[in-house]
Order: sequence, then structure tokens, then C-alpha cells
Amino acid sequence: MNNQLQIQNLHVKIGDKSILNGVDFSVGKGETHAIMGPNGSGKSTLAQSLFSHPNYEKTAGQILFEGKDITQSPADEIARLGMLLAFQYPQSISGVTVTNLLKLAARQRAELPKIPLAEFSANVSKLATSMQLPEEFLTRSLNEGFSGGEKKKAEVLQLATLQPRLAVFDETDSGLDVDSLKVVSEKINELRNLGTSVVIITHYQRILQYINPDYVHVMYKGRIVKSGSSDLAEEIEKRGYSNINHEYTNHTNYTNETNL
Amino acid sequence: MNIETILNNKTKEADLQREIFTGAPERFVHKAKTGLTREIVEEISWQKSEPDWMRKKRLMAFDFFIKKPLPMWGVDLGELDFSKINFYQRTETGRYKSWDEVPLDIKQIYDKIGVPKAEREMLAGVVGQYDSEGFYQKLKKQWEDKGVIFCDTDTAVQKYPDLLKQYFMTRCVPIGDHKFAALHGAVWSGGSFLYVPASVHVDLPLQTYFRMNAKSSGQFEHTLIIIEEGASAHYIEGCTAPIYNTDSLHSAVVEIFVKKHARCRYTTVQNWSKDVYNLNTKRAIVEEEGIQEWVGGSLGSKKTMLYPCSMLVGRGARAEHLNIALAGPGQHKDTGAKVIHGAPYTSSNIISKSISFGGGISTYRGLLQIAKGAHGSKSHVQCDALMPDNISQSNTIPYIKIFEDDVTLGHEAKIGRISEDQVFYLMSRGLTEAQSINLIVQGFMEPVMKELPLEYAVELNRLIQLEMIGSLG
Repeated sequence: MNNQLQIQNLHVKIGDKSILNGVDFSVGKGETHAIMGPNGSGKSTLAQSLFSHPNYEKTAGQILFEGKDITQSPADEIARLGMLLAFQYPQSISGVTVTNLLKLAARQRAELPKIPLAEFSANVSKLATSMQLPEEFLTRSLNEGFSGGEKKKAEVLQLATLQPRLAVFDETDSGLDVDSLKVVSEKINELRNLGTSVVIITHYQRILQYINPDYVHVMYKGRIVKSGSSDLAEEIEKRGYSNINHEYTNHTNYTNETNL
Repeated sequence: MNIETILNNKTKEADLQREIFTGAPERFVHKAKTGLTREIVEEISWQKSEPDWMRKKRLMAFDFFIKKPLPMWGVDLGELDFSKINFYQRTETGRYKSWDEVPLDIKQIYDKIGVPKAEREMLAGVVGQYDSEGFYQKLKKQWEDKGVIFCDTDTAVQKYPDLLKQYFMTRCVPIGDHKFAALHGAVWSGGSFLYVPASVHVDLPLQTYFRMNAKSSGQFEHTLIIIEEGASAHYIEGCTAPIYNTDSLHSAVVEIFVKKHARCRYTTVQNWSKDVYNLNTKRAIVEEEGIQEWVGGSLGSKKTMLYPCSMLVGRGARAEHLNIALAGPGQHKDTGAKVIHGAPYTSSNIISKSISFGGGISTYRGLLQIAKGAHGSKSHVQCDALMPDNISQSNTIPYIKIFEDDVTLGHEAKIGRISEDQVFYLMSRGLTEAQSINLIVQGFMEPVMKELPLEYAVELNRLIQLEMIGSLG
């Protein structure tokens, strides 16, 4: 099988509420996929449950990463396999700097080259500068008192340092001004050039002007309802989600299923 | 209950680490009967060949001890039985000026807790306390030449009677202050005496390790620090005690005199075994433009009552209090800070951090008093508590008494939990669950940790992680 990530018939619920109702989705090595969809369609649930957030219960389906079944693996195991998530709402950790965390995290990734700590810190600092983050950013507590934009940049900085084999960006573009969006996109493109596969979850087509995806998928009511090339993103931008969803729902009976 | 039972719930790693607190031989040439009588106080003084003034002071303190009631607040002391406590033991006589002279079994213990290494590397002097008497002392010659005195307090009574008569339990912690101060006055033994003459800056920290090693022993060391005008010093005290089954009592007194424009930092990391009652009195008198800094980490013990106090008596005097307390299963930590602003433009800053887990109770108890006339004074108090579970307790009891209008005051109290989302976030970076929790705990302690000497910060971190293993996740 050539797929690096393969999600088959994934069903997920939170408490009694079904959120994902049979997601089928695959990413080939080095590919970039965008998952779009309106609020509440299950995009972020997909991201969180890919990494086994304890609040999300997988009731059916399977997730394979590089042939290994990770459906029930805890988040740390998944990360050590080389799949990382840039959070939509990153947590703040008092007294821990982004460099502290990265030092620990880098040690968990066997495939990263071992470099002296001083050099590692210098690299992180260089990266921060290139992302137009203020100098004191690296000495502040992680995400504590960061602006929305700084939080998103901090996530991208972490992934850029840890160089995963597959990176999921969960609404990394939301709340970013144009300059920040460019900086963030540049870093994501650099990762792609290193061979990292990328999944971008977004509401808007905006970020896709800077990152040209190989595939675009539309998610609606807990399923991927349409897949296509990057043209699909432009179509969504022009016609809105409702038309695309409407078109889809007219051809299937799946709305009944989602009410289960 | 034997040691095996106590350790039963610990992980294997914790077991291995715990070994360093066990297995030390009891070593003394003289041991008094248990319980406290006038005769025992006389005997202690006689054994030490003390001058008459000290003998009288001890007896007067004993009278206060008998009359004073137990404190009716703080931790429950109902189970503390004075009649079962051994108030004095004397270890082998003689002091050791060099490491080579120290007996092998004592050396091994000190090796395990890392003293000699620290001493060799960077410390200006060491007075170690093995049971009740300082057994090892040394001060680098350069400080001695400048008139710095650093010795155990018993030696100081013999050699520097004028200083001791003037400062020992007189106006800082008087013998009649409260029941445990009186008890201490009657049976005190050992401790450190530090005298820094005017304008001398001791730029390397001076360090002492205290260690209680005999079963059911009391430890009543007395530390007296005098920093003369314009001088400065950093004094460090580390304490560990092995696991024993009967309740031990530790009741130390620390008295610090910070003169005009002088500065003193007092750092302590305490890790008493789980059966120790740790009831201390630590107080500093700070004169004009003087600075007193208290930095403390409190681990272990069964019950702790500790409220370092700064009396700011001179204009512009300043106090910094930084403390971290860890209360695990069966432990009750009642700690805090007391600051009396007794002069204009005095300032104080208090940061208190506590972690309660596995049913432990930690209480911040603070007194902040600004006297009439202490105008322009400032104070800020910050209390942060971390509770990783639902069965532990954290209390904040700040008393504030202000008798002056022109003052600036701030008080913040926060109680935090380790959230599932935080742990998930860190795990998604590849950290295990235990690593994630450790990192959150470390981050919480960071403001205090960064003020500790590196080796202490590392040790405290390690001990806290060890304590919390098994009770979390």
C-alpha cells in the first residue's frame, strides 16, 4: 500500500453525540491535502481523534500510519512515529518555554539528528527570528499571554523544528493577518520541500493561495463528501459551502445516517 | 509498621532512591533519657560544658515551655508525645576540619546526598550536622582572614560569648515567644553561626547539611546569622532525614540580623522523612535599606509549621519570600510568610507555591502587617496552588493588618489543576504521560527553582518527581 496515512470508515463520538460518521481519507507520501468544510462539520474532531484525544471515542473504523494500526494508540506513540499536530487552540503551560518543550520533544524523535543543546537552542532562536517573533518570545511561558497570531506561529515553529513525516495543521490560518499568514505558509512549504506530508484543515481558501494542495476535500456532517484538485477550493470560495453540500445531499441518502 | 510496608506503594525506582535515606547507623556516645525534665536540660548544658549564662537561659526557657500551651491553630499536634522523644544525643566527639578525617560510614551518607562534591566545587565553607552536633566544618581561608566566622553554634557559645549573649534568643526570637521557641531554648544543640563583618561580601554561598539519624530523636539546631553594615552573604541549609517509624520532632530556630545596607539570602531545601513534625521559627530583623531574602523548598515531614518572618525595622528595608511546599499522602504543610513593615518605605514581595497530591493538605498562612507610620510601604503577595487530583486540599489564609493609609498592596491567589488538555497537548509532541505531568509541575515551580542554586534545583526537581510517581497517572 502506498498510502502513508489511511483512514477507513472512521466513526467518532463525544459523549453520546456522533461527530464523525464514516470518514474515508488517505494521504500519500509527500502529498499535501486540504480539508475544508463549514463550522461543525467535524474537521477539528478529525484532527483531535487522529491523535487519540481522550474525550473522543472511536466507535468504528481504522487509522493506519505507514501500515501501522494507530487507531487506539496514545498521542505520544503517534508523535514518536512521526505524525504531529499544530493545534487550533494550543494549551498554555506556565513556566515552560517553547525551547524547553522542544528540547524534550526532539529527544523523542529517533530520526532527528543528534545535535548539541546549544546548537539546538540557536536553531530554534534563528527560526523564531525568521518567523518575525519577538526575541523575548523564547523566554516566555509557552502560549501564556501570547496573541492569537503568536500562538499559531508557535505551533508552526514547533513543527518546523521537529520535522514530522506527516503534519496536520488545524485551522492554523484562522486569526492570522496577511503578513503572518505568509510567514506561516512559507514554513509549511519548507516542510513540504523536506518531504513532509501535510494535511491542512481550514474554513477558508485564503491559505491555499500560498500553499498549493494536491487534493482538496470537503467535509460535511462528519464525512468527506467531495474530493478534488485545488480547483475545488476556488469553487467553494465562489459558490459557498451550502451549494456544494446541497448538490451532494441531493445525490445521496446519507443525511438519514447522520441522524442516527 | 515497618519500612517495607511504608514503601509498599512506591514504585521500584522510588524504592531504589529511598535507600539513601535508610541504613545509616545510629552513632552517638551519649543519649539522654526520653521525655523532657529539668534534669535533662541541666544534663545537656553540663555535657556541653556551657558557661553559666547559657545554662540559666536554658532553664528559663524550660520554665516557659512548661507554662505555654500548644498552639491551637495550624496543624493538629494532638498525637505529638513529648514523653517519647529523645531530646539530646551526642555523637563522637571531635570536629573534622578535612574530609579525610570524617569516619567512613558518615562519609558514605554524605556522598549519597552529594555534599562533598558540592563542597569541593563551589562552596566557601561547610558545617555538616550529624545528629545533634556539627561534625565537619571548614571555611576557606580567605573569608577567615576577613573576619568572617562560620562555625557550629555550640562552638560559638564557647568562643564568641559576647556576640552570643547579645544576639542569641534575645530580641529576634526571645525564649518566651511561643511553646516551641521555649522548647528550643531549653534543648537546642548544634546549628550554624555565621558572622560577616561590616562591608565584607561573601560571594560564594555558605552551606550546611542537617541530618537526623537516630530514631525518635529531636533536632533543635540553632542558626544565628549576623550580617554587619554594608556586608552580604548567602547561607544555604539542606536537610534530609531517613525513614523511621516513631514520630520525630524537629524544632529549629533561625535568627538573622541584617544591618544597615546589608543583604542576606537564606536558602533551604528540606526533605524530612514522613514521620517528622517539623515546627520551626525563622525570623530576620532588617535595618535601614537592608535586604533579607528567604528561598525555601519544603518536602517530606508529617506535619510542618513554618512561617519565615521579616521584621522591617529600618527605612527602606526590603524582604523577599519565595517558598515551595509539597504535601503528599498523609502530609499536612502549614507554611507561609510573615512580614512586619515597621518603618517608612519598606517593601516586601511574597511568592508561595504549593503542590498537594494524593490527599495531602497544604495551607498558605500569611501575616502582613503595616504599622502606623510605615508610610510609602509596598507589599505584594502571590499564592499559587497546584492540585493534580480531587482528593487533596489547598487553603489560603492571608491575614492583613494595615494601620497606615499611604501604602500599596497586592494579593493574588490561584488554584490550578493539571488539565487533561494540557497533558494531551504535551503528549502530542511525543512526551509520555509521566513526562508531560512532570513538565507541567516543573513549570509551576519554575519561579522558585530559578532562585535556587543549580544543584539544589536539580535535587528538588528529582525529589518532587519521585514523590509524585505512583500517586499520579
